[in-house]
Amino acid sequence: MNQGFTIPKFQLPGFVARLGHKLPQWPHAVALTTALNAAVKMKLLPEDSLAAFDGKTFLVQVLDTGGQAAFTYRGGFFRPLWNPVGAPDLAFRANLSAFLQVASRQEDPDTLFFNRELSIEGDTELGLIVKNMLDAIELPQLPKFPLSLPFGQR
Amino acid sequence: MDRSSLPDLVCPAGSLPALKAAVDNGADAVYLGFKNDTNARNFAGLNFDEKSMVEGIRYAHDKGCEILMAINTFPQAGRVDDWRNAVDTAAGFGVDAIILADVGLLDYASKRHPNQRLHLSVQGSATSYEAINFAHREFGVRRAVLPRVLTLAQVEHVIKNTPVEIEVFGFGSLCVMNEGRCWLSSYACGESPNTVGACSPAKYVKWDKQPGQMETRLNGILIDRFADNEPAGYPTLCKGRFEVQGETYYALEEPTSLNVLEILPEIIKIGVKAIKVEGRQRSPAYVTQVTRTLRAALDALTNERERYHVKPNWQAELSKVSEGNQATLGAYNRPWR
Repeated sequence: MNQGFTIPKFQLPGFVARLGHKLPQWPHAVALTTALNAAVKMKLLPEDSLAAFDGKTFLVQVLDTGGQAAFTYRGGFFRPLWNPVGAPDLAFRANLSAFLQVASRQEDPDTLFFNRELSIEGDTELGLIVKNMLDAIELPQLPKFPLSLPFGQR
Repeated sequence: MDRSSLPDLVCPAGSLPALKAAVDNGADAVYLGFKNDTNARNFAGLNFDEKSMVEGIRYAHDKGCEILMAINTFPQAGRVDDWRNAVDTAAGFGVDAIILADVGLLDYASKRHPNQRLHLSVQGSATSYEAINFAHREFGVRRAVLPRVLTLAQVEHVIKNTPVEIEVFGFGSLCVMNEGRCWLSSYACGESPNTVGACSPAKYVKWDKQPGQMETRLNGILIDRFADNEPAGYPTLCKGRFEVQGETYYALEEPTSLNVLEILPEIIKIGVKAIKVEGRQRSPAYVTQVTRTLRAALDALTNERERYHVKPNWQAELSKVSEGNQATLGAYNRPWR
């Protein structure tokens, strides 16, 4: 029933995560915070939600790639955390496919949570604010999975 | 049967993208609420501020879709004006109907805005035609949303004895269905839909991951423990597993979803005017999936009612987004009354 390309549920082989764990993690945090700051600059993220993020620490962990991004929001900017200490205020953990499905609005985070494909730990209310903030963003067009173009799915 | 004789498909929206998803995928009406405790899905970051509401109403009306505003909590002592203001604002925005639960607020709305269409919310807890006819006689209520406790035969009995349109739930998470009267959440955290507009508010919820399992706590009270591969549900007391006389089980209710695809022809036959989808707290992806599936099922009934059968892909789409392991017909088909 989906139009165009759909992101299937998949799990990368175990060696990817074993390798991923050995790689430096800072590029993930830099990439993610850069994207988030761009969204702030474009005024895509509501101010009341951002106010709730001030001083909080976040961790996004992609289980099957072994990649993770730790960051915080302070003084109007998302900033990478180079040496996170202690438990983050909020942690999202899932395989790559689940994150892609949520990012492209193909799947509902609650669905993935019920099915235990997405884990949310820490400050639950903060997690809800993040979820609802992402849901409320008006995207000019739903993000297309880059691979859809070469396959001529559209 | 043409499409105009089908029941309206009433879909939820907690955000502008969800509203647009409902409209674009075939909803006849979308219901929503303000960003405050005047509605029963008062969760952080959810619902509509003035700007998004104006845009949402325009978007829906441009495409021939109705907007229903849920102001379905009960005014709290000393703050009645907050609820009255919500009614005034909704009426001023030109919504197609306001969904109300509180009798005092129904009285206010019917006097202050005599031309505004009013619906009786499921939170109003009216299960008999006498209660519904009272709301019709006193406040001019034009439609009532039935609590999810009646059998199909009982729904039919109500419809036969009231001039008020009847709306029933067609899909979504089930709870103990003591709608408008449930205080279980307050038992654990002092707050419930009737007082703050939210069941099990997120600030009281803790998901605690441990090796091999996850614990769910509500205001410190352990309400469930899931193995790693076991489906989880919403963190409400009614869906918890508790130790009762030495046995640990779902003592109140197992996480379950309602799904009426199988009995859709019967629902239409008895004269239901609207079918409602639960889930304003869910994402645009859920709204898309559920709306287009129910739209497809309803449209299939327009021209081949006798040959109607539930398509496997409809069931697959709905069961994917369901809470809990099972989808049920709820009270609609239970043998006892």
